[in-house]
Amino acid sequence: SSSQSGMTEREERRFAEVPRESIKLMAESSGVELSEEVAALLAEDVCYRLREATQNSSQFMRHAKRRKLSVEDLNRALRWSNTETICGYGAQDALPFRPLKEGELFFVEDREINLVELALATNIPKGCAETMVRVHVSYLDGKGNLEPQGTVPTAVQSLSEDLLKYYQQITRAILGEDPHLMKVKSVSHDLDQLNRLLHMVKSLVQNPYLYLGSYVRSLVSSVMYCILEPLAASINPLNDHWTLRDYAALLLSHIFWTHGDLVSGLYHQILLSLQKVLSDPVRPLCSHYGAVVGLHALGWKAVERVLYPHLPAYWANLQAVLDDYSVSNAQVKADGHKVYGAILVAVERLLKMKALSLTLAAEGSGAGLPGTTTGAVSFRENSPGLSPPPEPLSEPPLGIASHLQAGGAGCPWEEWTPVSLPAMYCELYSFFGDSLAVRFSTGLPLGGVPPPGPCQPLEGRKEPASSAPNLENTRKMPQLTASMNISPRQDGSPRMEPQPPSLAATVPGRSLARSSSSSVSRSRSSSSRPGRSTSQSRDIFPKARFPLPQAGPPAFSFIIGGRQMGRRCQGRRFQTSFSPTPPLTTHPPRAYAHKLPVIGRVSKPVRRWTCSHYSLHLPL
Amino acid sequence: MCLWCRIRQKIPKKKKTYYAAHVMTPLLSAPGKKMAAVQDAPMELDAEKETKPEILSDGTSNLSGNTASGTLSSPPLTAGGAPKQEDQQTLIAVLQFLRRNKLTESVEILRREACLEDQEDSQTLDGSGGGKGDGDGGDANSLLSRVSIASAAAPQSTLTPIPVKNDQPDVSVVLSAYSQQGDPSLYQVYYSSLKNFIESVLDCHRAELSQLFYPLFVHMYLELVYNNHENKAKAFFEKFSGDQECYYQDDLRILCGLTKKEHLKGNEALLDFRTSRFVLRISRDSYQLLKRHLQERHNNQIWNIIQEHLYIDIFDGMPRSKSQIDSMSGSFAGETRREVNKAKVFYGLLKEPEIEVPLDDEDDEAENEEGKPKKKKTKKDSMGSKSKKQDPNAPQQNRIPLPELKDSDKLDKIMYMKESTKRIRLGPENLPSICFYSFLNAYQGLTAVDFTDDSSLLAGGFADSTVRVWSATPKKLRKVKSAAELNLIDKESDDVLERIMDEKTASESKNLYGHSGPVYGVSFSPDRNYLLSSSEDGTVRLWSLQTFTCLVGYKGHNYPVWDTHFSPFGYYFVSGGHDRVARLWATDHYQPLRIFAGHLADVTCTRFHPNSNYVVTGSTDRTIRLWDVLNGNCVRFFTGHKGPIHSLAFSPNGKFLASGSTDGRVLLWDIGHGLMIGELKGHTDTIYALKFSRDGEILASGSMDNTVRLWDSMKAFDDMETDDFTAATGHIHLPDNSQELLLGMYHSKSTPVTHLHFTRRNLLLAAGAYNSQ
Repeated sequence: SSSQSGMTEREERRFAEVPRESIKLMAESSGVELSEEVAALLAEDVCYRLREATQNSSQFMRHAKRRKLSVEDLNRALRWSNTETICGYGAQDALPFRPLKEGELFFVEDREINLVELALATNIPKGCAETMVRVHVSYLDGKGNLEPQGTVPTAVQSLSEDLLKYYQQITRAILGEDPHLMKVKSVSHDLDQLNRLLHMVKSLVQNPYLYLGSYVRSLVSSVMYCILEPLAASINPLNDHWTLRDYAALLLSHIFWTHGDLVSGLYHQILLSLQKVLSDPVRPLCSHYGAVVGLHALGWKAVERVLYPHLPAYWANLQAVLDDYSVSNAQVKADGHKVYGAILVAVERLLKMKALSLTLAAEGSGAGLPGTTTGAVSFRENSPGLSPPPEPLSEPPLGIASHLQAGGAGCPWEEWTPVSLPAMYCELYSFFGDSLAVRFSTGLPLGGVPPPGPCQPLEGRKEPASSAPNLENTRKMPQLTASMNISPRQDGSPRMEPQPPSLAATVPGRSLARSSSSSVSRSRSSSSRPGRSTSQSRDIFPKARFPLPQAGPPAFSFIIGGRQMGRRCQGRRFQTSFSPTPPLTTHPPRAYAHKLPVIGRVSKPVRRWTCSHYSLHLPL
Repeated sequence: MCLWCRIRQKIPKKKKTYYAAHVMTPLLSAPGKKMAAVQDAPMELDAEKETKPEILSDGTSNLSGNTASGTLSSPPLTAGGAPKQEDQQTLIAVLQFLRRNKLTESVEILRREACLEDQEDSQTLDGSGGGKGDGDGGDANSLLSRVSIASAAAPQSTLTPIPVKNDQPDVSVVLSAYSQQGDPSLYQVYYSSLKNFIESVLDCHRAELSQLFYPLFVHMYLELVYNNHENKAKAFFEKFSGDQECYYQDDLRILCGLTKKEHLKGNEALLDFRTSRFVLRISRDSYQLLKRHLQERHNNQIWNIIQEHLYIDIFDGMPRSKSQIDSMSGSFAGETRREVNKAKVFYGLLKEPEIEVPLDDEDDEAENEEGKPKKKKTKKDSMGSKSKKQDPNAPQQNRIPLPELKDSDKLDKIMYMKESTKRIRLGPENLPSICFYSFLNAYQGLTAVDFTDDSSLLAGGFADSTVRVWSATPKKLRKVKSAAELNLIDKESDDVLERIMDEKTASESKNLYGHSGPVYGVSFSPDRNYLLSSSEDGTVRLWSLQTFTCLVGYKGHNYPVWDTHFSPFGYYFVSGGHDRVARLWATDHYQPLRIFAGHLADVTCTRFHPNSNYVVTGSTDRTIRLWDVLNGNCVRFFTGHKGPIHSLAFSPNGKFLASGSTDGRVLLWDIGHGLMIGELKGHTDTIYALKFSRDGEILASGSMDNTVRLWDSMKAFDDMETDDFTAATGHIHLPDNSQELLLGMYHSKSTPVTHLHFTRRNLLLAAGAYNSQ
């Protein structure tokens, strides 16, 4: 018997086994007394029969074309070996198998069911849907359909297995469980999805290992859609589609800068379509907004070429909207302010850049730059001619900072008269009045390199700027303040698109933006804005841009990225702004959220962005 | 041997059914006339009746001579002239069986017809000395044991061929061969000494001799088990199971659970392993080496096993390499014997009936618009396929009686030709579009799918015993009106065919209820009037697609029927199941016409050859067999798969065969030469669907891994030069070119591919059930 026990031990390692004790127990429960010997023999035989049945049952599984062995399969095997089947375990769901702590007993949990409750339950389960067959063309001529319903695009087929899994995870992460998402239009009601799609586009564009080739055009078209179309989501004023448009515009420019060379004539096409939208008065304001933002993102030259000439005509329409104080017009007016702000930002930068370019040209490419100038500036010198319209990129450092300040405290520097473009300025000023000048004054000093002429006044004015009284703003922009009260949404003031490279500057701005957005009224510019943040932004401003180490920890990794990239090629500067450099990913997303460049008012979306951003980016 | 089918089906314990040798009946001469007339005799199972030859051959003078008489005559030799002696031994065994089951009448018939009276006695004396001396004794066992000993003694002349199909005599007889044994404690010593020897020989011989490990291991283990040396058997298993090739894992798993003699008796697979001798191919040099070693060491135990249970097919020439061996091994029965695949196979296509195709003006115009070059091409194609010349490799037109073409069939042929002129020429540069038919809400489990040839209907078999038919065109499915209503119809009207349909019953799909178990196979008849379904309940059912009712239930398998397939000309169909046989049926006969026995395990899939003269079956024993419908012979035996075979497909020209298995590989076979000519690796799960494009340029494979892959079959066929040498030796060098041949891999979303079908214009249709998990 010792050999027998040794044998069973060995066997135990190979299979699960029914011990003879169990056999005896079972026999006793049915009133049969078994001797030790018989029980042992029976136990062994039972084990063998069970194994046999299991092996046979796998055949039923294979023929049913399943991977999972079901109770039904085992029952069939038992039936064919003339054994009684096991009833009551046919459910599809896994049965909870529980151990009993006292005594090594395992059992299937069998809860009591309250039949009365079940019978009277109101949530009667619906019958399962009818089995049906649906057909779709999955692959045309061996190539993936562009709308892959339930299938994977051909491009993916060449991927290795690992990559394929990765692809599946990515698509799931982006699309959720909804396979219909590949079409932008079908989800125009869902900002989240659009956001996700845009982020996907961004990561596509940013991926240096990806050659997009002809896909650029389709990417551009879907991004343009997000910028320009009156999305279904825009109907509800609570939806922050503005942010989406800003982001899309940014993305557009980014695509253009980085991949513009892949598609000839892209620039003109984009400009044309933007222009078309802008000149179409029937289009809703949000579309116009998109066009303006898009133009702005494309650079000041685009603004100069398209927006500026259109302005007189457009202004009339806008003015009409803005001047209507009726309650019914409130929403439209709010939108109008949004457009107004966007135009303002665009135009201001136009002025600034123009001035700058003139001065630079005069000075001979910033030869006189002092060593203390920002990376942004020095970068600008190096790169002017690199990519077709390089300016906009060099500008951003100023952009955000300036708009922050502008939004915060309108500074009355309208007196400044640019020598080079007085006409333009005059005209713009005639439209915008005081609110226009803000940008100039704050922007230029930062731009550093003040050429003797225009610079001097700026230097002088910087002081007042820093101490800028909030009152000024309220005084100069009466419409804005008024409108703010109507709707928190609208951010009439030129809250700029996220010119990324200047992130350091953005940091305070961001917090500011958040605080302001959280406050219900537009008072952010004046009363409710915490003085701390204002002053902080002022103080930090000059410092933060250059000395990397001391700035807020997460923010700075950003800047580094920006600068390095910038050196190489201007076009990349945008990229740096939102591409989290590797160290960034280690930062908690919340911290990152503060640094994310955003246009317009951002409250919740920021965080959501970052989240999705992260989910997308981490694997990459 | 080929004249009757051996009694191999298991006898079910539930039902008392008599089984007797099926006397092969000549196939019906003009089945077409009776095609739908299936209200034949009642379906009682009468063994006596069954064994009587049904002489129905009124006009079958064209059938080959030996069967024309419809009675038993001298059996045609299976392969390379199997000795008659062997046949007779088996005959005797059958006689004993019949006698034991008191089927005296059958015994008489058999004896008379096989002219055995005289030979029986002498035959028994031929046994190599063993056993008792009495002749046709009433004790079947003693006789049979002598028979088996006699055959066991044969390997002394290992070079003389032995009939392909060993009969399976009584269980105890089979096992009794294991009774002669050496010292059980020395088994380990024997085995390891052989192992040491094989490991010490030259590399070129080692690969070949290593083939011995697995069969020896199994036989020695079974011997130990049989002789109740349970512990020794376990120790033996522990020690040497790790040495076996990975593709035998499944077998080993079964083996290791089997430790008692009683268990052995119930395990048919292992009984078959024992009776069918494991075939090894070894070069003469290696064999001599082995023989010398065993004789020097007096390792008689091993030598006996080799002599009795293995069949060593010795060839002259260079030993084969490891990869060559691996590509062919893996089956449950060893490799193919060379001579098995020497039989002539008429793989060519039958001549198409000459049908005047009325030229449709509209079509011509449309084609002109499309562009002239295309038109030219397609015209050539259609000419090629319609070639009026008789293919030299084709069987005689009436080798198998085929149903006559009806008018509707002719119309369909015309449609087919018209469609084929519009067919897209596929190739590596021009891949087919794929349409996916997803079964949604198939909670009850989709188990089988089939399309009609013209892709107008789609049938699904489900695990809940239902069969559902869908219309794949906008045309809805309608039933024929009831008899009472039909009476009211004006039978002279032109649109009578339209009038008989009941418009009220129009629907997109119809459910067919009748089975009592999962439906594992469905197959449409080529004329779209019938549907076959095979089920776990052991029956094959024939459904009318006019009335959507069940017409016949073909009972015979008694165990789950895994697959069924209609002949491309209709009327005949084949089924295969858990009882390890495939059966050939005619729709108007409730008994099978042929039983194809030989597989050692379940027949998992069955397909008809395009010329309807052959049937191919794949099995869980990891082999593929091609059977001649005319005489029931196994004419091709293919090994090389490492897992159960679940899909088979003939190329449209009938020359090639593709097979897919659970090992995720597709193997390509040249039927004429009987050679493996390609291996397509890539799938990661069982391949359940295989289909050649209409012109054979592309092979599509669909798998559980949710992909459809397209392979360049033309290239695969061209690359492999089947020169005379390889054809003679059967030693193939498979190029590892799966990656080159793979033209595309297409994913479905969580939908295993259950079926593939090329439309007449070469659009690929795939079907499967969406799996939401």
